[in-house]
Amino acid sequence: MTLALILVSILVATTLGLVVRNRGRLPLLLGICTLAVYAFQPVLPVRSLDFWLPTGTLALATLAWVLTTPQEQRSWRVNWPAAVILIGIVLVLGLTRFLGFSVYLTASRPPQTLQILAALAVVTLIAFLLTRFTKPGRAILTGAFVLIILLFIILKVPTLATLVSMGLRRLNQQATSLALAQDLRWLGFSYIAFRLLHTIRDRQSGRLPVVSLSEYVVYVIFFPGLTAGPIDRIERFVGDLRRPLTLTTDDLGESGKRLVLGLFKKFVIADVLSMIALNATNALQVHLAGWAWVLLYAYAFQLYFDFSGYTDIAIGLGRLLGIKLPENFNAPYLKPNLTQFWNNWHMTLTQWFRAYFFNPVTRALRSGKKPLPIPVVIFITQLGTMVLIGLWHGVTVNFFVWGLWHGLGLFFHNRWSELTRPRFATLSPRWQKALNVGGILVTFNFVAIGWVFFALPNLSISVNYLRVLFGLA
Amino acid sequence: MHPRFLRNVIIKGLVLFFLIDLVCGGLDPAALGKVSLYNHIFSGRQRFPFGEDSSQSYNLSLFNLDAMFAAHIIAGGQKPVNEYRVILIGDSSTWGTLLRPKETLTGQMNAAGLTLCGKTLRVYNLGYPTISLTKDLMVLDYALRYQPDLVIWLTSLEAFPDENQLTSPIVANNAARVDDLISRYNLPLSPNDPALIRPGFWDSTLIGQRRALADLFRLQVYGVLWTATGIDQAYPADYQPAQTDFKKDVLYHGMQPPTLEASQLAFGVLEAGLRLAGETPVILVNEPMLISVGENSDLRYNFLYPRWAYDQWREMMSVRAEAGDWDYLDLWNVIPADQFTNSSIHLTPAGEALLAGWVEKAILQQSCP
Repeated sequence: MTLALILVSILVATTLGLVVRNRGRLPLLLGICTLAVYAFQPVLPVRSLDFWLPTGTLALATLAWVLTTPQEQRSWRVNWPAAVILIGIVLVLGLTRFLGFSVYLTASRPPQTLQILAALAVVTLIAFLLTRFTKPGRAILTGAFVLIILLFIILKVPTLATLVSMGLRRLNQQATSLALAQDLRWLGFSYIAFRLLHTIRDRQSGRLPVVSLSEYVVYVIFFPGLTAGPIDRIERFVGDLRRPLTLTTDDLGESGKRLVLGLFKKFVIADVLSMIALNATNALQVHLAGWAWVLLYAYAFQLYFDFSGYTDIAIGLGRLLGIKLPENFNAPYLKPNLTQFWNNWHMTLTQWFRAYFFNPVTRALRSGKKPLPIPVVIFITQLGTMVLIGLWHGVTVNFFVWGLWHGLGLFFHNRWSELTRPRFATLSPRWQKALNVGGILVTFNFVAIGWVFFALPNLSISVNYLRVLFGLA
Repeated sequence: MHPRFLRNVIIKGLVLFFLIDLVCGGLDPAALGKVSLYNHIFSGRQRFPFGEDSSQSYNLSLFNLDAMFAAHIIAGGQKPVNEYRVILIGDSSTWGTLLRPKETLTGQMNAAGLTLCGKTLRVYNLGYPTISLTKDLMVLDYALRYQPDLVIWLTSLEAFPDENQLTSPIVANNAARVDDLISRYNLPLSPNDPALIRPGFWDSTLIGQRRALADLFRLQVYGVLWTATGIDQAYPADYQPAQTDFKKDVLYHGMQPPTLEASQLAFGVLEAGLRLAGETPVILVNEPMLISVGENSDLRYNFLYPRWAYDQWREMMSVRAEAGDWDYLDLWNVIPADQFTNSSIHLTPAGEALLAGWVEKAILQQSCP
């Protein structure tokens, strides 16, 4: 996201927080979040796709609300304003194609109005049919869950994404030979998908609170957390949303602090580090181990400051709007072991996986007729969780290896600490401190080496870079 | 948090910001350029910082001559006693567009491991990819503090036209240095030329200088990748070869054949350079250029020069060299056409090797003090 867009977001959030207060807060927030979905979407080379993908986000959110809401709560009388806002904004944005100049709300010129009307009609019809004839039963929710996962896989598997791009290009009579996986850069889809999956799973388990269409869509596309999270939980988010917005000077001060900190982290520290951080080009140009480590450390810190900077900005913006978004980072590079690192790095993602993969799988493996031994369970669940987290970033060999690296790291740390905990507990405070410092160094370097697979595009470049790092090239 | 506290934080922040900004307005920005991590933490650069695609070249163009020299390897400490120091001044051909540092004229001469007067010959590339004698003079003026034993000044007709003297961005953005050169050497240039950029007060504040300061900072940061990779230029896999077919155009900087007006060429700047060098010997080189064989090549040698203009300029140079007893090397046609890359003066590594042979021969003929 550009600095200009962030500054506009700050201005909008401050105005909304200070002026609007409670009256009309939800519809206004819905309107602004809807506009943001289009405004934040980057330009795509496939014609009109940068309009259709944000529209797809809105359609997915609306349909997911229908599916996860008990039939008796899908009242048109309560929810028509949200539907009107959503449809109205899509139509108005579509009509900007006739203005003859860019209004900066869509990435490129919107498609023909007739196409937009047809798409809206189809979505409305599906929503109507689902509202009328379905209830949030196990089968339909599982179907929705699988559908989102499939969509996710298509977007994250480069070959599949390229194939889809070719198909879309063919439809638009554009050159199919130019199709790339990056053509399908769907802004914030990774986060949107996880919010949708969370609500679907919670509906299945009966934990999902009843929310209105406005509340649901605002939760899914809340603009401060659209591009880089955090992944909030809906019951917490809606709790804040329903609370009267009383913006105090404390809120303003805290928000200002987070925004300034976030902007500094992202646009000063991370952007400077990005100039020298490891990438696919310089990985092939460095031949000295010492400098290879410098580039790798620069990447490690760039990633942290970039991501945590965005999180600070999201939290600061959320605070202005009365939403206390969850923390995502807590000094992860200062943690003395890998388990603690993952409890403090991209916390909302790991919590998501813990809630919807790690815990259920652990329970399943432990509660069978022949429960597996604990080390085996830990091995399977930790490896599985980390591989899935890796693949969440993209279905490539490198992300798989990165997940594997961390999964194995977590498993070995778990076994090591089981083994050594009693012995270490008896050490003097000075030794404990030394052990802690040593742990921080080992953990940081373990994580940094893992970033080699994360930063570089394929295994051969990664392995070659590891050889350079250790003076073996 | 009390509202008054919040208000005070904002007011104090703004006051401090404006105070610092104004104080910075009174400081000499160029002086900051002398502070450099190059030659200390990072290796000194083998040629001046210059580049457009920083993310590929780990390099950038800036106008702070202090910073450019401070980043250069020539500024890396005292001159060794056993070093015979040669500096090369010139344009992009000398700088080495499309060439890796070891492939440039400088790189190839250093690789030859020559000795002169019992000392090891060490060549420094002070070429800069814009073409103007005034730019060369400015670089020479600065470079003399590094005690060269010999100056090799590679030039070509395109560096001579009056209208090319001040338009090069590095010259235009160093108005104070140009003023100084004009007054010291009575150069045939006007300090009131609108091409010279003269910063006002607001330009010297922190906000006004943000770009220059950012460039200084970026230059230091790119020191990491320069040292780590030895790359200071983007090397495209393919490039457009130098043009060899031309239209029937014989104009040269508005001048029509048959007469090239010497009054419109900056010979005064060249002569000032030779005077500026003082006791330090200067070898003046007419650098090689592409002699095309293509459409209308009977009218033009290449993209830069119509034949009539270039021939007359060579004649003028030869006469002046004779009269002024210059050490002049006319190498205009010594490199075959297939050894030029993307312009009529940029050479391939093999072309540079050929040129190095000629220049080395001239250097070795220098008498020892």
